[in-house]
Amino acid sequence: MRSTILQTASQYLLPILLLFSFFLLIRGHYSPGGGFVGGLVASIAFVLHSFANGVENTMRIIRYKPMSLIPIGLGLSTASMLLPVFFGKPVMTSLWIPEQLPVFGSVGTTLFFDIGVYLLVVGVVLTILFTISLFSE
Amino acid sequence: MLFTVTIGLAIACLLVPFGKFFRNNRSGLLALVPALLFIYFLQKIPEIGSGRVLFESTPWVPALGVSLGFRLDGLSLLFALLITGIGALIFIYASSYLKGDKYLDRFFGYLLLFMSSMLGLVLSNNVILLFIFWELTSISSFFLIGFNNRDDESRRSALTALSVTGLGGLFLLAGLIWMGSLAGSYSIGDILNQAGAIRGNTWYPVILLLFLAGAFTKSAQFPFHFWLPGAMKAPTPVSAYLHSATMVKAGIFILARFTPVLGGTALWQWALMGVGGFTMVYASILSLAKRDLKGVLAYSTISALGVLTFLLGMGTEYAVIAACVFLLAHALYKAPLFLVTGIIDHETGTRDLTRLSGLAKVLWPVALAGGLAAFSGAGVPLTFGFIGKDLIYEATLHYESAWAWYLTGIAIVTNTGLVAAAFLAGIKPFAGKIREEYRHVHLPSALMWIPPLLLAVLGVLAGLFPGTAGALLAEPAVKGIFQQYVPVQLKIWHGFNLVLILSLATLTAGAVIYLINTPRFRKSELITTLERIRPGVVFGRLFIRTKQVAAAYTNFFHDGYLRSYIIKIILFAEALLIYEIYRGGAFPIDFSKLSPVRFYDIGIVFILLGALYKTLKTSSRLTAVVCMSIIGYAICLLFVIYSAPDLAMTQFTIDTLTVVLFVLVLYRLPPFLKTKNVKVMVRDATISILFGVLLAIICLRVLMEPTRYNISDFYAKYAYTLGKGRNVVNVILVDFRGFDTMFEIVVLSVAAIGVYSLLKLRLKASEKE
Repeated sequence: MRSTILQTASQYLLPILLLFSFFLLIRGHYSPGGGFVGGLVASIAFVLHSFANGVENTMRIIRYKPMSLIPIGLGLSTASMLLPVFFGKPVMTSLWIPEQLPVFGSVGTTLFFDIGVYLLVVGVVLTILFTISLFSE
Repeated sequence: MLFTVTIGLAIACLLVPFGKFFRNNRSGLLALVPALLFIYFLQKIPEIGSGRVLFESTPWVPALGVSLGFRLDGLSLLFALLITGIGALIFIYASSYLKGDKYLDRFFGYLLLFMSSMLGLVLSNNVILLFIFWELTSISSFFLIGFNNRDDESRRSALTALSVTGLGGLFLLAGLIWMGSLAGSYSIGDILNQAGAIRGNTWYPVILLLFLAGAFTKSAQFPFHFWLPGAMKAPTPVSAYLHSATMVKAGIFILARFTPVLGGTALWQWALMGVGGFTMVYASILSLAKRDLKGVLAYSTISALGVLTFLLGMGTEYAVIAACVFLLAHALYKAPLFLVTGIIDHETGTRDLTRLSGLAKVLWPVALAGGLAAFSGAGVPLTFGFIGKDLIYEATLHYESAWAWYLTGIAIVTNTGLVAAAFLAGIKPFAGKIREEYRHVHLPSALMWIPPLLLAVLGVLAGLFPGTAGALLAEPAVKGIFQQYVPVQLKIWHGFNLVLILSLATLTAGAVIYLINTPRFRKSELITTLERIRPGVVFGRLFIRTKQVAAAYTNFFHDGYLRSYIIKIILFAEALLIYEIYRGGAFPIDFSKLSPVRFYDIGIVFILLGALYKTLKTSSRLTAVVCMSIIGYAICLLFVIYSAPDLAMTQFTIDTLTVVLFVLVLYRLPPFLKTKNVKVMVRDATISILFGVLLAIICLRVLMEPTRYNISDFYAKYAYTLGKGRNVVNVILVDFRGFDTMFEIVVLSVAAIGVYSLLKLRLKASEKE
């Protein structure tokens, strides 16, 4: 089932949705959003694209196996969790950069923890869905 | 001291990538690790000898009271010297013994792991740390016993050893934690200070039994001894190192270490003297009936461990001194006997005592080592074994009760057996006429015969200068056990007294038994028949029965139908909820507390009900899925109305993805059958309605509870000041309860990998067809 309308729409929707998911991720600390929801929205964006264009084409866009996002995300979260230890603080203490950055606001280890969650969620959802859909074909 | 433990572990890890480098001739270089550690501990002798105890502590998990705390006193030092000293020789020996083995690097990795954990065990000053190292020694022993993993028998022996010592370890853990909680600290130093509180506690007998279960399984006391002969399937250097000189003495170590806390009571004496006494007699007699050289050594080791337990059970000054000296003497003669056996096996290809004789002609340095070790083991005067044997008689004779003569009696029986066993293992293969087939046996490389010779000579030297050995090693060790100074004066010549007569009589009797006892096939057959009711067989049956029960249990609960799994899970949850509601009793519902029902609430509820009706009624799976997602979206709306935007967003995306997932697998599923079976319908309806009602009751009850918003207040108050975020939900997720999130994402990854591997495997299988 290939629909021209969906195909064309998904070309534009993919970047917009990804931007939106990133927006959710960044604003999470202050307003509704966060890494988990952001990751889900990003994976929905890719899933939509794969519905319109086929999994193979979506995989081509991502270029890397979605599975490789899992260790990256997990590693990033773990690293941001363990980072305080090197500053002599208990695990998971949040460390903050004293200056405010434009757009992001204050940046600390929790943001990287959240980015890790984001990447991992995208990796997990896409791995599961793409594996199943390739299996179904 | 932390570095002495970590260095071996670090090098063991380095062997994973750089193993190839050490696989050939360079493997002997690894002996430098234990050798350098040995020197490190040697230069600590004067300091510890002067009565100091060294402490070192690094916080690890302060919240649980677990620290990387180490202590070095006389007892730890004696063990540390044995572990590193014998370790160095074993490393050298093994590099030649296993030369050319494909997995030599792996072998040394396990050996290093073992050495480090054993060092950690004897040095640790924290019971939790001690337990961790205790388990690590069991695990490394498992890998080493099963090193020849192509052999069925060695895999089974490894598993038996692991399950016996592992099971004992669990009991030990319970005992240690109990002691720790009574003392209010997991530090061994603090527990030693709280001895009175622990011994005086009503639960003392239970704590002691838990503790002994750990020590007895590890040190192969009857009826748990059977794993040790099985462990002889390991390569001989391993048997010499783990299953004779060091690891099996870990049980003896903790008995000695906790003597001031648990010892001295009647129960302690009965348990240790009873079990140790029986083990030493039983094993020393059995050792004489074995044809396999390693079997003889295994049983005489069990007997020696029994002697040590027995002596610690007596707990008198004489007995503890005897235990420390005998421990050292045993390590110095049993390890070389094992190594000699290894050489014989390596060069002739057999360990059968009925076939071996006269090898002294071709393997003279080995014969020298074997002979000296056998003399020390038998307690021939001027060896260290002689001193050890003397002290055992001193201890039993000085025991202040009417039992002294009986104790001396069983000590004589045991020692006579040990004398004969030592001759059997160290002299029998070398004496007499050589068989024609072994006339051309070559002497192995010096790397193999020097270690046993060195150890055997050390045993003789220590016997010639017992005063020095006693002052340097035994005295600090005795002080480490008693926590107070006890003079130890070892002499070769005590004068012509009863002890000397007993020693000589034992030696003569042992020698006579050695001469008339020829290992025969029939005798070991007899033992095999006897052993049909031995603990090992009983344990084996128990093992099989456990597996059967587990299989039956699993088949009952895991029948392979998703619906039945869900029914079981929900039923269990319902039982818990009913119990909880029943326990809480009746509660009033105050409707004025609930927020008023608004018209859009009613609208959403109608949508919900409509979708629900359609889900139940429809005959198409797709419709059912879509209706389910309508229910999900309606709940999202409720979340939005009641200002939970984060929840709504997450629920919305999850619902969307669920539908996608369903659509993907839809046509793979079997046709959607409307069930006509009334019974099934009634069952499902009852379970689901009950679940819904219970959840509703719980929700109402939560709302009716007097408001205790401590936690939510805390989160709301500190989200911005501590977490620097205005979105409380997100601050909770990434900061306050970040650990939960961490574990959740780990679970997610595991799930993804699970789906991937399951489906990929099936894909590959279908591609093959």
